[in-house]
Amino acid sequence: MELCDRTAAELGRMLRTGEVSAREITESVFERVDLKEGLIHAFITQTRELALKQADASDRRRREGRPLSAIDGIPTALKDVICTRGVRTTCGSKILGNYIPPYDATVAGRVLESGAVLVGKANMDEFAMGSSTENSAAGPTRNPVDPDRVAGGSSGGPAAAVASGEAVLALGTDTGGSIRLPAAFCGVCGVKPTYGRVSRYGVVAYASSLDQVGPLARSVEDCALLLNVICGHDPRDSTSADVPCPDFTQALARGVKGVRVGVPVEYYVEGLDPRIKARVMDALELMARNGAEIVDISLPHAPYAISAYYLIATAEASSNLARYDGVKYGFRAAGPVPDSVRMYEATRSEGFGKEVKRRIMLGTYALSAGYYDAYYLKAQAARTLIRRDFDRAFERVDCMVTPVSPCLPFRLGEKITDPLQMYLVDIYTVSLNLSGLPGMSVPCGWVEGLPVGMQIIGKPFDEATVLRVGDAYGRMAGCT
Amino acid sequence: MTDYEVVIGFETHVELKTRTKLFCGCLVAYDAPPNSRTCPVCSGQPGALPVLNRKAVEFTLRAGLALHCDIRERSRFARKNYFYPDLPKGYQISQYERPFCENGHLEITGDDGLPYAVGIKRVHLEEDAGKLVHSASSFGESEFSLVDYNRSSVPLLEIVTDHERNPLRSAFEARTYLEKLRQILRYIDISECAIEKGQFRCDVNVSIRRPGAREFGNRAEVKNMASFRFIAEAIDYEVRRQTEILESGNEVPQETRLFDEQALATMTMRGKEDAPDYRYFPDPDLLEVEIDEAFIERIRSAMPELPDHRIDRAMKAYGMARQDALVLTRDREISDFFEACLVSYPDGARIGRWITKDLFKALRDAGLSVQDSPLTPEAFVRLLGMVDRRVLTEAVARSLLAEMVRSGGDPEEMVRERGLEALQDGGELRKIVDEAIRENPRAAARIREGEEKTVDFLVGQVMRKTRGKAPAKEVREMILAGLRG
Repeated sequence: MELCDRTAAELGRMLRTGEVSAREITESVFERVDLKEGLIHAFITQTRELALKQADASDRRRREGRPLSAIDGIPTALKDVICTRGVRTTCGSKILGNYIPPYDATVAGRVLESGAVLVGKANMDEFAMGSSTENSAAGPTRNPVDPDRVAGGSSGGPAAAVASGEAVLALGTDTGGSIRLPAAFCGVCGVKPTYGRVSRYGVVAYASSLDQVGPLARSVEDCALLLNVICGHDPRDSTSADVPCPDFTQALARGVKGVRVGVPVEYYVEGLDPRIKARVMDALELMARNGAEIVDISLPHAPYAISAYYLIATAEASSNLARYDGVKYGFRAAGPVPDSVRMYEATRSEGFGKEVKRRIMLGTYALSAGYYDAYYLKAQAARTLIRRDFDRAFERVDCMVTPVSPCLPFRLGEKITDPLQMYLVDIYTVSLNLSGLPGMSVPCGWVEGLPVGMQIIGKPFDEATVLRVGDAYGRMAGCT
Repeated sequence: MTDYEVVIGFETHVELKTRTKLFCGCLVAYDAPPNSRTCPVCSGQPGALPVLNRKAVEFTLRAGLALHCDIRERSRFARKNYFYPDLPKGYQISQYERPFCENGHLEITGDDGLPYAVGIKRVHLEEDAGKLVHSASSFGESEFSLVDYNRSSVPLLEIVTDHERNPLRSAFEARTYLEKLRQILRYIDISECAIEKGQFRCDVNVSIRRPGAREFGNRAEVKNMASFRFIAEAIDYEVRRQTEILESGNEVPQETRLFDEQALATMTMRGKEDAPDYRYFPDPDLLEVEIDEAFIERIRSAMPELPDHRIDRAMKAYGMARQDALVLTRDREISDFFEACLVSYPDGARIGRWITKDLFKALRDAGLSVQDSPLTPEAFVRLLGMVDRRVLTEAVARSLLAEMVRSGGDPEEMVRERGLEALQDGGELRKIVDEAIRENPRAAARIREGEEKTVDFLVGQVMRKTRGKAPAKEVREMILAGLRG
């Protein structure tokens, strides 16, 4: 097996024994990039020179017996929505096509300070709005499993990079499923932590009350290693939770005996590809055989989740994206304009893609005078009810299992012309963002050569149980 | 012409004197080079997030308490969304449905001479925008504008009067309100309120209606006038303009107007249809602010004494007349000086008079404010003490004061070094009085005939000879005794 295809945990062991160097790992990754990137297009910006320097520094540290962390020397990709000082950060948009942040996001800082090697900034749907990474101004990312199909979105770049060996670890963001969906589509693991677990400072905002940063990797263990680096209170983010972070690797190798696994009936209805349902059911059966207790539960307000999400997220986004006006940074429309209003109009019309403009208009509408109560406020009320459904159900179960996506990875261009069809792909994932709960996608089988992902949902701040179940399942099923 | 009832409301924005900005650690500075006091947060960089300045909240609650407001237990910030180059995020973080303070009042003396508790609807906290500098002297002539974000996110207090509950009713009351508000805010030490530095900005709403009418007339909002005088002019102009409109049978349009300082008139800026929809919603980047009783109590007990309280105390404890007390407490610095003197000088009325008459004059002549003068309250008290003990005459004390106001100094030392002690020796004094009488026979004659005025002249002559060191009262008695026997 090539170095670039190994897990971070394995590579960590090999680095510790001296069997391999960070430089060799990084070179292996870039060889794969040279081979695959032309087709896959997982990256917007590669930081090859920097990466090699970082790898050498990592090797030096290791020789001196002072590695910075368990992922010191591991090649990592960062979704291009995460600000990296001095390194172009575009959010997949023309309007930030030339933006070089003057500061690091807190998570970027933590990853770099852990000694990880930065492969590059990964491709994404523009401003994280999308489920297929077809909305990127830099062009789509293709699914390494089947390059005629999408990698999922909006963290398609991070997922594809990890799946194709162009990075070992990656950080993505998840607002409505944007880590979990691409993870499922590309056959890797992805975690959306509890809202507030990971700092959002320096992570370009799409929907402030829904966004979270999380790991994508080839194993649950690798996700745990990365979570250990990025989780924790940040005083620069007022929504960051001041709760202690456990060592997430402690959750591993603990089996599922006695774990009560909830199965929400509303998630297994018409519209779900029966083959996907079958794979998830198989997984549940395997868990049951290994001591888990499977419990039917109901989340009655589930049908309102998509509507609530697309009102709240777009409303917050319409405000968060108001700062892209060509005044201070980024793209400004060329040519003379009579006044600032025209400049704003030209800049934003040219700088934003179609989907972004669509969502800004939707969100503006939902917040406008006369409609605020009926749309935004109502959606927030629905959100509270959705959260309450989970709280009530969690009195009887420790976690829940659902599909990640109602459909298999679709072909490029298949859904892009029908926005509502595209929105429905998020149907199983958005509730977690609305309720702030942690969730993980782990591969649970194949359908006609395409990967299927299983979503594990946990109680607030109980990533440990989510990781435990996902890791245990992987061992049972014979994959990492 | 019918006499209309005038309803006036104010929205006042006050810049708080916190060390750092409202949502980031940048220092608040007035004259720094452009864009030198910025960071990712206040310059609206992608990914930046706000963190609330606790001191700004304390200052807000201080103002709320001073204005007798109810303080909310749970308060929330809201985004006010609009596009303008000086607003880096494309929205201002302000407050909408749940401001920190509501339903207060500020007592002034109304048009009728009676106390009037002007209604305060709310006091809330919000961030300031940056500054635009246009390339030409007017916006219309400019080819480009430059943006400076130093001021972006400086904390502002917005204080809004209640147009339904005890509104302001005239330009006079409006001016009184603004002066009192400014005084209180300076007293509680949350802002310098320097109008020329933009630390105290007023937008005024004016509407008129028939007396007894239940509904309000349409209002005109006049924004950002540069002085209290202009505000009064704008109000008067608006009342006249709106009266003319109503008298000719038309309706006053609801609109925003600008004030022209040359013409002393207002003109249309923006009509009701163009009024923006700010799409307020609670800011999801900031949590609810919970204020508990203990926090409020701490602020209340640490609050500086308010002017009305000091006025009351001056009148009750020192028997001062209201007018004198008002003058003494108008500026916090003078009032503080007075309070400092009272620590070692119990006769408040006497020292109050010396401050408002003699100290004020000395400061005026020197062109200094009391806080810029090196004169200390202790030195002032010692000076007055010497006058009380008759070691110094009032005349000499006044000239010493003029010097101390400019260059400080210890009065006892100065008196000792220069031999300025009052003439105590009766014999010596007698000789000088006789001399003055001899040298001024015509004056002496007039005094003998009963003229009072000329006595002052002779006293003045004695003062000249003794360089002010003769005690005036005794000199006067000696002259009268000597000439009228």
